[in-house]
Amino acid sequence: MARNFINLDVNPCKMCMPMGAAIAFKGIEKSILMMHGSQGCSTYMRRHMATHYNEPVDIASSSLTEQGTVYGGENNLKKGLRNTIQLYQPKVIGVVTTCLAETIGEDIDRLINEFVAEEEIAKDITFIPVATPGYGGTEYEGYYLSLRKMVERLAEEGSNDKVNIIAGNLTPAEIRRIKEILESFSISYNLLPDISKTLDAPYSKDYQKLPDGGTTIEEIKSMGGAKATIELGALLDEKISAGQFLEDEFRIPLYRVALPIGLANVDKFINALSKVTGAKPDPKLTEARGRMLDAMVDSHKYNAQGRAAIFGQPELVYSIATLCLENGLVPALLATGAKTSKLEELLKKDFGLAVEDTVIIDDTDFDTIRDYVNKLDVNILIGHSDGKFITERDGIPLVRVGFPIHDRVGGQRKVTIGYDGSVNFLDEITNTLLDRKYSSYREDMYDKHFTG
Amino acid sequence: MSRSAELGTLEERKDSILRNSKQEKKDLKCDQNSVAGAVSQRACVYSGARVVLNPITDAYHLVHGPIGCASYTWDLRGSLTSGAEVFRNSFSTDLREKDIVFGGEKKLTAAIDEIVEAYDPKVVFVYSTCVVGVIGDDLAAVCKAAEQKYNIRVIPVQAPGFAGNKSTGYKAAGNAILELMDTNVTPLKKKGINILGDYNLAGELWILQGYLNRVGIEVNAKFTGDSSCEEIMRAPQAELNIVQCAGSMTLLAKKMEKRYGIPFVKISFVGIDDTIASLRKIAQLLGEQKIIDNVEELIKEEQAKVKEELEFYRQRLEGYSAAIYVGGGFKAISLIKQFNSLGINPVMVGTQNGKKEEYARIRDLTDEGTIILDDANPTELEKFMKERGADILVGGVKERPLAYKLGVAFCDHNHGRKHPLTGFVGAVNFAKELDSTLNSPVWKIIAKESGGE
Ligand code: SF4
Repeated sequence: MARNFINLDVNPCKMCMPMGAAIAFKGIEKSILMMHGSQGCSTYMRRHMATHYNEPVDIASSSLTEQGTVYGGENNLKKGLRNTIQLYQPKVIGVVTTCLAETIGEDIDRLINEFVAEEEIAKDITFIPVATPGYGGTEYEGYYLSLRKMVERLAEEGSNDKVNIIAGNLTPAEIRRIKEILESFSISYNLLPDISKTLDAPYSKDYQKLPDGGTTIEEIKSMGGAKATIELGALLDEKISAGQFLEDEFRIPLYRVALPIGLANVDKFINALSKVTGAKPDPKLTEARGRMLDAMVDSHKYNAQGRAAIFGQPELVYSIATLCLENGLVPALLATGAKTSKLEELLKKDFGLAVEDTVIIDDTDFDTIRDYVNKLDVNILIGHSDGKFITERDGIPLVRVGFPIHDRVGGQRKVTIGYDGSVNFLDEITNTLLDRKYSSYREDMYDKHFTG
Repeated sequence: MSRSAELGTLEERKDSILRNSKQEKKDLKCDQNSVAGAVSQRACVYSGARVVLNPITDAYHLVHGPIGCASYTWDLRGSLTSGAEVFRNSFSTDLREKDIVFGGEKKLTAAIDEIVEAYDPKVVFVYSTCVVGVIGDDLAAVCKAAEQKYNIRVIPVQAPGFAGNKSTGYKAAGNAILELMDTNVTPLKKKGINILGDYNLAGELWILQGYLNRVGIEVNAKFTGDSSCEEIMRAPQAELNIVQCAGSMTLLAKKMEKRYGIPFVKISFVGIDDTIASLRKIAQLLGEQKIIDNVEELIKEEQAKVKEELEFYRQRLEGYSAAIYVGGGFKAISLIKQFNSLGINPVMVGTQNGKKEEYARIRDLTDEGTIILDDANPTELEKFMKERGADILVGGVKERPLAYKLGVAFCDHNHGRKHPLTGFVGAVNFAKELDSTLNSPVWKIIAKESGGE
């Protein structure tokens, strides 16, 4: 069963849709997000992001009150937008709904059209409305849906030599790594979104509330004329795929690849790049690949002792599962808080996953995950910080990856993608297994074999 | 004079910002809804209720609503427990689209059934969130039916996020606690005291309880740090309520006074001066000479223990300027005093939910020119920290990255703390933490990079 209880979620392994939107919009140049709903939602998500990225994250709220809830939130939203513009002078405002706004039936598209018509200050600002009811999905869907809405609203017909890269929910450092790889192919690209600087800004003596960096409006516009799209996301539904929209609307060939973690997935990403550019990968990449192979051989026996539980958002779980499969580490449990049926399908198809070795559950919670972890003799957990709940109770070590990581520093700088990133990540996993082994094997052997 | 309509602040926020002036007595506008689009640092009604009730160690906290609200508040407070661990779990009905359309009552009923069947609880708190307030689920009726069916307490906590602010949530939590206390009011014996408003962050309640035990005061019940449901049910028997976090618990204390005739006193164990004053006040109110003497003894002993260390830090801290941005006014007042005792000057003081009297007191305690703010936003915090040259910000974790980006040191005085900051030991920990951040070598490097010093 996917969850221990039918009507109860016990210890959530997911967040809500607007959270994904908040991360996606941080990757747009000089943008700020307005959450149409009550004050609390934005504050929660700001706190969640602040502890992970260690960056100030300002998110506006229309701060709906009782009155706005009964008579409609129009005044709150419009006033909120005016105030936000005054305080932040943004180029872009993402306007997303929360549970409350959706439940009272707010039509943000109409409200924004009105606002733009009414207000002089709205003239030079690009508004991107996205309906993200918290109950409609998780941060995973919220993230991709926001990207799709940006493209739907802005991409223009045209013809240029660029390649669109739709990034999954990666860390700022990983986005930087993606850029390095793109640059090694000497291609010009539109990278959406680009949180590399905005959520990991260098120290500067002049603090900027809306930091430099991020995808520009012009870049999003030109996505409609690009020669190809590579979308990092193998499991997402077509309806929330920006790449799918670009293909349907502008006939831009779409290459959908998984997050480039693990040999096969990095290969796929690099091959896609080779294909669309017609260029061979840089020798440096080939070398890094060779080094990865070498490293995999070096640690294969240690990895053979691992039984992992991998949890979090589907794309990450999928790619980490493949990394484990390639290295002889049994992915005993794959768990996502979001709904997905593709995980099993793809792993079977592409990696020959033997179903009897692996339990796959979606739309689940940590209470259920914990039960399986114990039942399946898992000896390593791989996922975000909330897994510490299991570590605390059952003593199984956790390798932190994904979002949120709020009880350790550096979550925003972690790199698990690319050949070198995958190797480093694999090393961390292997070392965690070794750590466990070395800390107890003397005693274990003594207990087992010493007869006096 | 309150010149606040300067660049970077909104017209509508003008009256919630004050430049302290001893001549002109103008009240600060407070206790209002947040201004839309101002980027308030406040949370919501539900969170107010949840933070107060959550530390009750053996209660089941069921959030009736979509998953986000539950997810962001799971194990949200670092409250320690000496007993049950139940409260560290998150239970939610995880409402979906179809529940929003057809109503969530059935699901809630079924969720309670599942909790009862699996865990055999004595007390379940059921929180309503934003959407539940709109789709019209009758929380009270569902809870009541469950109480009758199972003969346990299932207490509704009415906390739709939009229906007020955090203080409204405190009130909702207070009402839920009253409900719990009314479960079986036994004959009142009037013995011992209740501690209200300490959430046992990093064991702070244990420190306080330790002091009280040492001087011969019996603690009857704790609200809500390291407490149990049963303990709260016997709270009406106490002879005195002491209120530590005034913002969240004063209203409840007033109601208990009316209902059970228990007088209350606001105390604070933040900082040495307030700790001493509070211990004396409690002893005085209880009136027993033995206790009064014991308190003096304890003060002497404890002070002797920390004196040298505090003096060491005071010397390292003297002359710095501090900005304070915390949840409630009562804590801000204690912090001002504590900073003063360390030779640090508070130049900006703000709170999320301060009360009028508290702001008046803050004005009395701070210097001419100190900026006082209610429900501030990052823009204002930035502006005034810069303008007033704050060296350190005391606040919650949301404000930390802002402080660091501005090259300002930071101390977490919110739920996130992992070492106690109250009582005599807490005062030392506080000074130590200030020292660790204010005197870190990184600031020298940063200053050099920025072309200063
Ligand atoms: S689940 Fe809904 S109400 Fe709760 S935080 Fe998310 S958007 Fe807000």
